[in-house]
Amino acid sequence: MQLTDTIRARKAQKDILLMTHLVLGYPSFAVNREVIGQMVENGVDVIELQIPFSEPVADGPMILKANQEAIASGVKVRECLDFAAEMAACHPIPFLFMTYYNILFKYGVGDFIKKSKEIGIQGFIVPDLPPEEGEEYLRLCGEHGLAPIQIFAPTSSEERMRTLAGHGQGFIYCVARRGVTGSKTEFDRPFNDYLARCRRATELPLAVGFGISSREDVAALRGKADLAVIGTATIRLVEEQGPEAVGPFLAGLR
Amino acid sequence: MAAKFGFACTIYMGAEDVHRQRPNVFWMEKLGATVVPVTTGSKTLKDAINEAFRDWVSNMDTTHYVMGTVCGPHPFPEMVAWFQSIIGKEARQQILKSFGRLPARVYACVGGGSNAMGIFQGFLDEKDVELIGVEAGGKGIATGKHAVRLAAQDASPGVAQGYKTMFLQDSDGQMLDTHSVAAGLDYVGVSPILTDLWERGRVRFEAATDQEVMAALDLTIKKEGIIPALESTHAFVQAFKEAGSLSPDQAIIINQSGRGDKDIFTIAHAFADPSWKAFIREKGAEYAAY
Ligand SMILES: Cc1ncc(COP(=O)(O)O)c(C=O)c1O
Repeated sequence: MQLTDTIRARKAQKDILLMTHLVLGYPSFAVNREVIGQMVENGVDVIELQIPFSEPVADGPMILKANQEAIASGVKVRECLDFAAEMAACHPIPFLFMTYYNILFKYGVGDFIKKSKEIGIQGFIVPDLPPEEGEEYLRLCGEHGLAPIQIFAPTSSEERMRTLAGHGQGFIYCVARRGVTGSKTEFDRPFNDYLARCRRATELPLAVGFGISSREDVAALRGKADLAVIGTATIRLVEEQGPEAVGPFLAGLR
Repeated sequence: MAAKFGFACTIYMGAEDVHRQRPNVFWMEKLGATVVPVTTGSKTLKDAINEAFRDWVSNMDTTHYVMGTVCGPHPFPEMVAWFQSIIGKEARQQILKSFGRLPARVYACVGGGSNAMGIFQGFLDEKDVELIGVEAGGKGIATGKHAVRLAAQDASPGVAQGYKTMFLQDSDGQMLDTHSVAAGLDYVGVSPILTDLWERGRVRFEAATDQEVMAALDLTIKKEGIIPALESTHAFVQAFKEAGSLSPDQAIIINQSGRGDKDIFTIAHAFADPSWKAFIREKGAEYAAY
């Protein structure tokens, strides 16, 4: 089943889905394995695996640090692919790659997409690739049935949202506020207006991320978004309390 | 510009560069800017650019991003190239006035490439004017401690910081650390416009090592009575290497992109100047006594 259908099917069972995120190789693949196990056990619906890149411009301090430390400890793209293959083979939920375009470009865009398909990855989030520059990427994602997830931001006009949605599959990643990953988002009037604009621009499911870290945050998205994305919060939790804290945290979100 | 127009201004600068270019930091602060040292990554220009992007996307409603060089996403390279083109226009007028003809060669140092793009634009359509960009050879190309993107084989095509060019990166696409005595040349990427001109054979690229730069700086100070910035001195190195092949009726232009005043600490250190060191010690003791 393609990602969009999987998400719709899951959404029919729950009032909001959870997508979690982690940086591959940070603090280690062993900890990643344990954290992913807990995510799956606690009902996470989609997992975003970030392949570290040295210049993660869309990421705030926590994820930036995770990227840089993973690279400094010698994490290679090939190891990330092998690890993702292992995860996709042993867990029954969709896995996506999040990374920056240079990682695909250096690997070879075609080879990267083919390899991702082979190992059971279902889509990509590439925040620094606007669709106008990603013709080959979009075409090959289409050919291999992988979802090139597009990103809306509060600064996107409705026209831009429609253009982006026209290139997207799986879901739309709605960046909750201006800025980078990590800091707090206010779920106020302007935020609700923004989500309403997102909703009008596309039929695809909407994921909302950036600054979502609590049960209240997730509750605020119920009825307005299809997926809540938890990124920095779990990385920080693993850092402060160890991987075993992830399960109870996730269980308490819904 | 911000001081002149009354804008609040935040400058992101690599922590290492804050240290290396302390006089610039002092003047920026005097002009009213807030200088934020960036401690991530290699703590130099590349990381400062990332932080400026992060600030900009967070404060887009109230903030303009001002890129310091001819790099970054469209339309920044073209904007900066256009702003800098005044250098080439004036240089062309001046050499025609004082020398009566165009130069045989134009030399400029290349960090991101703004001063080079600026001066080259005065001569791009003149097929007989050779354009030479000089990159930072650092401790030597063989050592890997350099910022040579085009003059050697170490860089490869990549996409980062919003643009595609030749980057110093590993086989996974992770950016490498660079090195140069000149903070302004210590950068992994290079203007996509210059890379295009290089691919088309319009601009030749060379590299000058830190050591060559210090020797050329000494020579320039003594013989010309001017003090070029460490960045600019890279262009002088290459011009000196090649000046012997000119005939007496030919002229060259070396773009002095900045003055060496800002580099006084680095230069004095490199020359191991004993009286300067004694002075710094004295000043240090004076401040420590407060
Ligand atoms: C004096 C001077 N020259 C040259 C450069 C290099 O930059 P660009 O290649 O963009 O001219 C710098 C950068 O800071 C500089 O300070």
